[in-house]
Amino acid sequence: MTTRLMQGDEACAEGAVAAGCRFFGGYPITPATEIAETLSRRLPQVGGKFIQMEDELASIAAVIGASVGGAKAMTATSGPGFSLMQENIGYAAMAEIPCVVVDVQRLGPSTGRPTSPSQGDVMQARWGTHGDHPIIALAPDSVRETFDLTVAAFNFAERYRTPVILLMDELVGHMRERVELPEPGTLELEERTGTRVPPEWYKPFENRPEGPNVNVPPLVPFGEGYRYHLTGLHHDELGYPTNRLDEIEPWLERIFRKIDGALSDILLYEKEGIENANTLVISYGAAARSARHAVRQARSQGRRIGFLRLKTIWPFPEEVVEHAASRLHHVIVAELNRGQLALEVERIVGRHKVHRVNRADGEMIRPDEILAAIQDLEKAV
Amino acid sequence: MKQQSESRVHQRYLRHSKRFPNVWCAGCGIGIVLGTIVRAVDELGLDKDEVAMISGIGCTGRMPVYVDFNTMHTTHGRALAFATGLKMVKPEMKIIVVMGDGDALAIGGNHFIHAARRNIGLAAIVVNNAAYGMTGGQNSPTTPRGVETATTPYGHIEQQFPIAELAATAGASFVARSTVYHVRELESYVARAVSKDGFSLVEAVSYCHTTLGRINRWGTAADMMRRIKEQSLTKRQSEDLTPEETEGKIIRGVFAEREIPEYTEQYEKVIARARREAE
Repeated sequence: MTTRLMQGDEACAEGAVAAGCRFFGGYPITPATEIAETLSRRLPQVGGKFIQMEDELASIAAVIGASVGGAKAMTATSGPGFSLMQENIGYAAMAEIPCVVVDVQRLGPSTGRPTSPSQGDVMQARWGTHGDHPIIALAPDSVRETFDLTVAAFNFAERYRTPVILLMDELVGHMRERVELPEPGTLELEERTGTRVPPEWYKPFENRPEGPNVNVPPLVPFGEGYRYHLTGLHHDELGYPTNRLDEIEPWLERIFRKIDGALSDILLYEKEGIENANTLVISYGAAARSARHAVRQARSQGRRIGFLRLKTIWPFPEEVVEHAASRLHHVIVAELNRGQLALEVERIVGRHKVHRVNRADGEMIRPDEILAAIQDLEKAV
Repeated sequence: MKQQSESRVHQRYLRHSKRFPNVWCAGCGIGIVLGTIVRAVDELGLDKDEVAMISGIGCTGRMPVYVDFNTMHTTHGRALAFATGLKMVKPEMKIIVVMGDGDALAIGGNHFIHAARRNIGLAAIVVNNAAYGMTGGQNSPTTPRGVETATTPYGHIEQQFPIAELAATAGASFVARSTVYHVRELESYVARAVSKDGFSLVEAVSYCHTTLGRINRWGTAADMMRRIKEQSLTKRQSEDLTPEETEGKIIRGVFAEREIPEYTEQYEKVIARARREAE
């Protein structure tokens, strides 16, 4: 292991290279630009391709095109660019094309405060593109974890043939920390395995009743002898457009099943002191750094506070939250927005139990703000 | 005899599974353009596995599903951007990007000029019918001034984008314009575009009798085909005429043919330099 002082954006780029990313298409935007800059230097060193496209619409389109050609592919942007990418993220969900979209969140709406942290894109990550679709979104809280979750994002994208959102924020993206990165070759990486069936039997959207990876038919890259069709229209098992309900419904069922049926693999989280807690603090990303600090302070004062930090925020870990919070009276949700993930927590544990600690002005939540919320609740009890 | 061999070529390149009849109106010019593309691929002796056809949205966007290549029907305006990503990781593939005028020049206008500027090895074929056909005949960036469309009921007041001239100015390696009436000429331009290394553009002037033809009372598909024939002249013929005399004419010919470095070949040099400097 080598120790380095590294920025979050740089760790994302290094994580991508380590995960096998060999294509990046992007457009400059604060605070994600350093990811593009790092990859413009690093990708060609490993035989990969980097291209600065004319806008974010083109960036995500090129990423999907590259993935169809067989490359692990990524783009990185921030709120305004993430908004522009939404239509094609839906295309990737529809055509089941693996790709990683990094959103280093900054304060919005609109141009907002470009150099200030935010977690205002939580719902955009879930529902930004139109129509019902599953999505995976991961939120790292440190430089090292940015590396790890970038690798995880690629693995999930390939394993489940889906776009994966890495929801960073300005604080984690621009912060520098000392990190030890794993040696090359020690990571477990998901690779596209291709198919064993001959071209005339290949169905890129097959709904199989049983068998290995039953919910995720293999995607064979273009140019390798399997000529098939991809479209954003609803399609049959061969990829051809269809209006037949008996073809649309099994597909829709399958794309949800492939994510919902793999929650034990996809849901990543960290918990601390849940067992004997009477109050639970839930947080994620940059806000979790303050939350962890506040929880430890409260515990050192003898308070029984549990901490649940979500690394996977979509799909929302319903059972994890329910299990951790079911017997408690109070759940604090700390996040850098006006309460987006709190809506999900409320949905699971009930509105009356949830107390929000929010900042949506571009400033980081301080530990003492969360500690004050904990103390207020304890007084009330 | 010629007809028989053409039908054999079409049999060979069109998909037989479940796709026909096609979505296009009887008499539409898009099928003629599709015919020129498959015959050009056949003439060039390309392996079907190495050919990709990528489209955006609209009537022309439906073209790839019918052909037995690697095919992708993408989002509105973005076909060239999808194709750029594919070309970068599969530079050996021949990638044909088919678009309508609205797809390529309105919503996709930015990608159009930048793909040409980058000179990335894609063959872009724009079927120009001067309208949004699939949505019912609204005006497009190539609708002539004065024409009535579904969204210009009092006549269109904007200038037209000259597609071929725009591509030539933006830096394309090969640029040509022909029409669906001049099928042999169009086919030869498509073949030259597909075999060219850099970015190439063929503008195939067509018509939409179902929408603009009906709204403007221009008659049947055959009448509109006749209009195209009568309105067109070769680039050479146009050179002897004044701008007033060529106003409203379709000028056919090659507008650019030049040797400039292709993008993915250039990128190989980037990789070589990056590897050298990393050592």
